Amino acid sequence: MSKKVAFLQGNEAAAQGALYAGCNFFGGYPITPSTEVAEVMSIELPKVGGKFIQMEDEIGAMAAILGAALAGSKVLTSTSGPGLSLKQELIGYGCIAEIPCVVYNVMRGGPSTGMPTGPSQSDVMSAKWGTHGDHPAICLTPASVQETYEEVIRAFNLSEKYRTPVFVMPDEIVAHMRERVVFPEPGDIEIFERITPTVAPDKYKPYDTSFGDVPPLAAFGSGYKFHVTGLNKAQDGFPTTKAELVQAEEERQVRKVDANVDDIVQFEEYLLDDADIVVVAYGSTSRSARFAVNIAREQGIKAGLFRIKTFWPFPDKQIKALAAKVRGFVIPEMNLGMCSLELERNAQGKAPVLGIFRVDGEPINPDQILEKIKEVK
Amino acid sequence: MAFDYDKWIRPGKLPHIWCPGCGHGIVMKGLIRAFETLQLKKENTALVSGIGCASRLPGYIDCCTLHTAHGRAAAFATGVKMAKPEMDVILVGGDGDGTAIGGNHFIHACRRNIDMTYIIINNYIYGMTGGQFSPCTPTGHKASTTPYGNPDPGFDIAKLAIGAGATFVARGTAYHANQIDKLIVEAIQHKGFSVVEILDDCPTTYGRRNKFKSVIEMMNRLKEVTVPVKAAEKMSAEQLQGKVLTGVLYKEVKPDYTSEYAKVIERAQAAK
Repeated sequence: MSKKVAFLQGNEAAAQGALYAGCNFFGGYPITPSTEVAEVMSIELPKVGGKFIQMEDEIGAMAAILGAALAGSKVLTSTSGPGLSLKQELIGYGCIAEIPCVVYNVMRGGPSTGMPTGPSQSDVMSAKWGTHGDHPAICLTPASVQETYEEVIRAFNLSEKYRTPVFVMPDEIVAHMRERVVFPEPGDIEIFERITPTVAPDKYKPYDTSFGDVPPLAAFGSGYKFHVTGLNKAQDGFPTTKAELVQAEEERQVRKVDANVDDIVQFEEYLLDDADIVVVAYGSTSRSARFAVNIAREQGIKAGLFRIKTFWPFPDKQIKALAAKVRGFVIPEMNLGMCSLELERNAQGKAPVLGIFRVDGEPINPDQILEKIKEVK
Repeated sequence: MAFDYDKWIRPGKLPHIWCPGCGHGIVMKGLIRAFETLQLKKENTALVSGIGCASRLPGYIDCCTLHTAHGRAAAFATGVKMAKPEMDVILVGGDGDGTAIGGNHFIHACRRNIDMTYIIINNYIYGMTGGQFSPCTPTGHKASTTPYGNPDPGFDIAKLAIGAGATFVARGTAYHANQIDKLIVEAIQHKGFSVVEILDDCPTTYGRRNKFKSVIEMMNRLKEVTVPVKAAEKMSAEQLQGKVLTGVLYKEVKPDYTSEYAKVIERAQAAK
């Protein structure tokens, strides 16, 4: 049987991926260049009995999806830079209260209103450092329309599995370009369903670590009654200021992700076996990088591509291993040097990191990358 | 037989954080009486709040409770209600939380006429942070950030709610304790967005800055400045000068949001 295919825009594929993952609640606020996600969800969700709501602002949209998630829904919101800044308040709430949700953020020029229709990759640090306080961060940066579809599904799985907000951050080029998408059949991609409690309602604690670092989450209205707060809390969900309890809970929340990097971190290695110069790239920039690597190879330069799919947690282990054996890294990115900081942190001076940074709303072309490859000594 | 409040209080969660003389406990008892009158099911009741003294109330009540971020109760609650329309969703919070930082969510919850009840305890001040002026602090009054008297005009929460589209709006006071549960019962029974403003005192951060000598004086003032809406009908404009009306101030039958969204689902599925 032939697979179902379609010619889709990245944002449309994101919405379709969410539906495949079982998303049944969307809360959003209009913002360029991510609005198509909301538009598709407003059409498709009611068809399957799901709920779509356009809220009064970005914070309200984030609040609504968290409320719906606590009532048992699989939830999505979509936004872009300025909206992400507003949502950060409640992304922190999602982290501390451990509420699964997917935040799809299309990266456009910034700061502030910036360049609403221009591409950028300048929100990747916001995914980890945007909301205040220590918290886990998972952020996926797809590079094609097909991958956007699949990574949105993976984001839902990760958010449910680790009970934490997960970002999908395509740059505006990926979000708005159109490509062929091959849809999986139901069952082709495994869908991770939320772990719900098996204990009796009167024994239930929403942060009970006797089940491991990811406690089962009951839904409001399912027979379980419990308390949820944004205050530091004990395992029973009620606020506490007891030093040892706060420390343990904070560490567990971060450990949920840190101890499972091998399950979460995905990347692509292209022509790396014998490479002595490694271009590290993510999102649409990785497409130019692959092109540049191919030309470099034709010219006898041993270049390769390490393509980041999971930006957070950062592929520390892989970059450290590469740093020990290559002459240098080249990092093209549509910001003034964000991923390059992570590369330098991991390279620890063992290999130079040469950046190509553009924030003018234009994509980085292969020639620029090839030129930089040739600068590596 | 005395009313059994313990049935709705979470074991081990008292004493509450409220100061001696604060009326929030009176409101909480009214809320419990209302829940009991309506025979609400704990597992099917969500009590949602923001941040502030009043917003700590859900922690003491034995049901599904959600203590959200500052001002965001109405938006979180909207998500809960949309996802599970069969749940009874009640919001509680203060005047600063609900009408300043949460003002946008508040007016839009009113506009949608989503079937939830919002109990706003108005003590005219940000109490938890130590007495800064709120959008409800009367002009000329003192707060820790209006040492020379408040230059701002205040909100009339009930008028704001009516103007924004709430279909049931009532006002009571912590002094009129026996009326609180009756207003809340009627609000919860109303299909649509209902707002119950409860005027309250804050002796600690508001009273002492504004020359109230005692809690009793503050409570008496709630009695003195208020007039039941029925009694007001027989009073002249002159007599009503400076008075605040209490009781059910507004009621209207209009389609509620989750019922309307159910029709959206029907239309979408019919077109499929």
